Amino acid sequence: MSGTVPAIQSIDYVALAPVLVVAGGSLVVLLVDLLAPRRPALVGGVALAVLVTAAAFLLPLRDGTRATFCAGPVPRLPTACSYVADHLAVSVQLVLLAGAAVVVLLSTGERRLPPGELQFLLLASVAGAVAVAAARDLASLVVSLELVSLPSFAMVALRRDAAGAQAALTAFLVSVVATAVTVLGVAFVYAGTGTLYLQRTAVALASAGVRQPLVLAGLVLVLAAPAFKLAAAPLHAWAPDTYVGAPLPVAAYLSVVSKGAGLVALLAVTMTGFGPAASTWAPAVAVLAAATMVVGNLGALRQRSAVRLLAWSSVAQSGFLLLPVAAAGSLGPFGGSGGSRLGSAGGAGLPAAAAVAYLAAYAAMNIGAFAVVGAAAGPDRPPAQLTLDDLRGLARTRPALGLSLAFFLACLAGLPPGLVGLVTKVRVLEVPVRAGSAWLAVLAALASVVGLAYYLRFAAVLFAPAPDTGTAEVPVPRPRTLWSTTAAVGLTLAVSVVLSVAPALALGLLRA
Amino acid sequence: MSGLAAVVVALPVLPAAGALTLLAAGARADRWARWFGVAVSGAVLVLSVALVFGFDRRTPARLQGVVDPIWVPQLGLHLHLGVDGMSLPLVVLTALLTALCLAYTVRHLPEPGRPRALVGLLLLLEVGLLGTFLAQDLLLFFVFFEVVLAPMYFVIAVWGGHGRVRAATTFILYTVAGSVVMLLGFLLVWARTGTTDLVVLAQRGGSGMPRSVQLVAVLAIGLGLAVKTPMWPLHTWLPDAHTAAPTVGSVLLAGVLLKMGTYGMVRIAVPVLPAGTAVVAPYLGALGVVGIVYGSLACLAQRDLKRLVAFSSVGHMGFVLLGIATLTPVGLNGALYANVAHGVITGLLFFLVGGVKERYGTTDLGELPRSLYARAPRLGGLLAFAAVASLGLPGLAGFWGEFLAMTGAFRPSADSRRALFLVLLGLAAAGTVLTAYYLLRMVRRVDQGDGSGPAVADLTAVEVTAWLPLAALALVLGLVPGLLLGLSAPVVSGLLGAVGR
Repeated sequence: MSGTVPAIQSIDYVALAPVLVVAGGSLVVLLVDLLAPRRPALVGGVALAVLVTAAAFLLPLRDGTRATFCAGPVPRLPTACSYVADHLAVSVQLVLLAGAAVVVLLSTGERRLPPGELQFLLLASVAGAVAVAAARDLASLVVSLELVSLPSFAMVALRRDAAGAQAALTAFLVSVVATAVTVLGVAFVYAGTGTLYLQRTAVALASAGVRQPLVLAGLVLVLAAPAFKLAAAPLHAWAPDTYVGAPLPVAAYLSVVSKGAGLVALLAVTMTGFGPAASTWAPAVAVLAAATMVVGNLGALRQRSAVRLLAWSSVAQSGFLLLPVAAAGSLGPFGGSGGSRLGSAGGAGLPAAAAVAYLAAYAAMNIGAFAVVGAAAGPDRPPAQLTLDDLRGLARTRPALGLSLAFFLACLAGLPPGLVGLVTKVRVLEVPVRAGSAWLAVLAALASVVGLAYYLRFAAVLFAPAPDTGTAEVPVPRPRTLWSTTAAVGLTLAVSVVLSVAPALALGLLRA
Repeated sequence: MSGLAAVVVALPVLPAAGALTLLAAGARADRWARWFGVAVSGAVLVLSVALVFGFDRRTPARLQGVVDPIWVPQLGLHLHLGVDGMSLPLVVLTALLTALCLAYTVRHLPEPGRPRALVGLLLLLEVGLLGTFLAQDLLLFFVFFEVVLAPMYFVIAVWGGHGRVRAATTFILYTVAGSVVMLLGFLLVWARTGTTDLVVLAQRGGSGMPRSVQLVAVLAIGLGLAVKTPMWPLHTWLPDAHTAAPTVGSVLLAGVLLKMGTYGMVRIAVPVLPAGTAVVAPYLGALGVVGIVYGSLACLAQRDLKRLVAFSSVGHMGFVLLGIATLTPVGLNGALYANVAHGVITGLLFFLVGGVKERYGTTDLGELPRSLYARAPRLGGLLAFAAVASLGLPGLAGFWGEFLAMTGAFRPSADSRRALFLVLLGLAAAGTVLTAYYLLRMVRRVDQGDGSGPAVADLTAVEVTAWLPLAALALVLGLVPGLLLGLSAPVVSGLLGAVGR
């Protein structure tokens, strides 16, 4: 790395606190499990406390000015930091911690999983995700992305059955390839720019001489690992199989927290690091976004299994998360009003703000949908086996669950009364319209129509008359819902409803 | 907040609160849900009448009862509501038709029952409809436009007849495909002007947007509105949806939902994007006239009474489109008049068809006995009355709108287009003849015959309650056209001022 790094650095522990708390907390969970084994509620409670504490440590970071692991200014290059708790980082960290907390609630009901290992792996992975959000050099990004991935593979396989093992292996193999490609890209970029700091690659890429074919190829290759995390086509195929094979809370985790880590990595790399070379990466992201929306929606149309449908739909939703980044390239050289230098006084720029707002809304409604499916399946039945027909009449047999799921689906489809989904979708569509990428805007609009088709089919099933078994009104005795699952559904529902009444809260999470 | 503003706010809030109450009440509400629906929609109707009396009719072009709090600052989205002479009649029509539908539901609950859900959905529908007509902000208009979809989908898909799920799905997917493209148009307008406020945008009259941008925006926005209207050839969702829907669904669908499209064209496209609208107007007029002729020819071929009334909507809305396309005060006034008149008359027709279906169990023209005059003279007479009102007999509501739309076409705003519009006028005139032919044939087929067939009950009390107000309105609007024209004319001249600039 170019630049003189002082021998002894002063480390800003306040900035790092959220990561440190979660990472330390994962060890505490292990200890607790060692001293009081097989106590899912206790371990879950500790994990929850850890996440809440970490979120509390975001409070002093609200002004978005802290940074650490910095290299001082050198001739022609600015000061650059590896860890920057800017507005983008803090807002995404908040969403990821909240999402992880709901996943913890969901997972305390998983009787078939060893609680200590599960919560340890979960917190370890969350520590990685929280670090990704603030990592601002390519090496830290790759390492923390791997820290998100590796424990999550173990979580997928934690049930120790064939389906879990296969699901973990699928995800692992795709991930290895994606990471290898990204590392290759990092090497190319480093070879050309001589730096790994995103703040410095931006400066270096501003001069045309640096933009050699090798570097330009590197810019695109770097996108592979974030694209894998986002389950963006063509790196999407692992997602449905893995979601179905994994325990349900883990699937929810992969679809929200792990995906959020991928999104923030992509935002940091493209908008901060490669801003001046937008003409190179933007078309690539546009193709990713378009392919993801088309493939995800068409894939979801055919599904009969509830979890598989949610899995494909979450692929489609990734397309919407990518949309503002894809259009950012045409929004002007530095991607919007605030410029690409995230955390500068002007704000994070419209694309990042739109993507983060969408992520926040998506996190609440998607985890909520997974939680309801888990609750409907009950503790004794693998949710992955649940078909849409098994959920027939849910709104009548179990109104609270059925109506909640219907609301989450309306949010995902962006149809009133799911106003938070509608408004964040409007926000995301605004970017290509402002940028003048008509084809992306129209494609996204049509994709949301296809999306509506399957969300509606799902919702209609919930309101259909319950299956007529001849004698019994309810064929099987209704499984008791665990309080933790109820809490997970209630929390996500409350957040979705509040954000629907006041969408400004979601859109204001990150200033444009 | 002035008293009028309080009424404007209460109009969408009241049915929303009613729907939420039913949601919270649980299954035991099934017993009282229908009377509750009558009470809530009745209160909304009273409010809308209060709005009529509170409205300053000397200045109908001025937006009244305005509220404008900010809702989503990041999108510049205000809860900007208000009423003027163009939206007032549609607000009253919505409140009236919803209240009549809920009154009708008290005695005529479509299969499979579930009154709490049906009443809740109808109230939710009313929220979206009233909100659409009151909204003075592009994005707010879009939000309310979308609010209507899910309730109508479920009304058709759950309480509908044969092929209901398919019809409901077609309806919602068509409409959403149109409305997301419309949203893109709204976003384009916003990106170019920096505001979504309809009042501000109408005052600017398209300044700041070059003609090419206006054209793209008007095509996108127009597509969404045209699907809703529906404009030929985007009408294909309509016949199935109307036919499959339960009676109250058809009444609201034809009576008010379709009006959201044409209302949006006059409210948004004409004043906000005048240059773009001027370019697309002749095409709009041509497609409208194609709709008139196509609709009436399709009606001639129908074997089903309900489908016939459904297709007649395509033709009647064609007149509305023709009126808008002239971009003249006369034509636009005619369009707005025809909008309301069609809502009243077609609402009544769908009620009557529903009554026929309940009595004979079919609406197939081949199977219905030709004996309504003999067996149920009042029902038969009302059907004949509605039919002649629909075909535009002078003295009834259907006449003025179509007459004025065609008068506008005789002298369109741009002289260069006179020849085209004269041709359109001729075709539309031929359409009126065909319309008269198929409606009179329908009356002859259903009403006049040898009096064979089973004995059926004549009008019941609840039917009289639900239907007579519409029949009376059709007569009053026909005899005193000034009631509506006095309201719309000043608004229209204000809107067209933008085109003239």
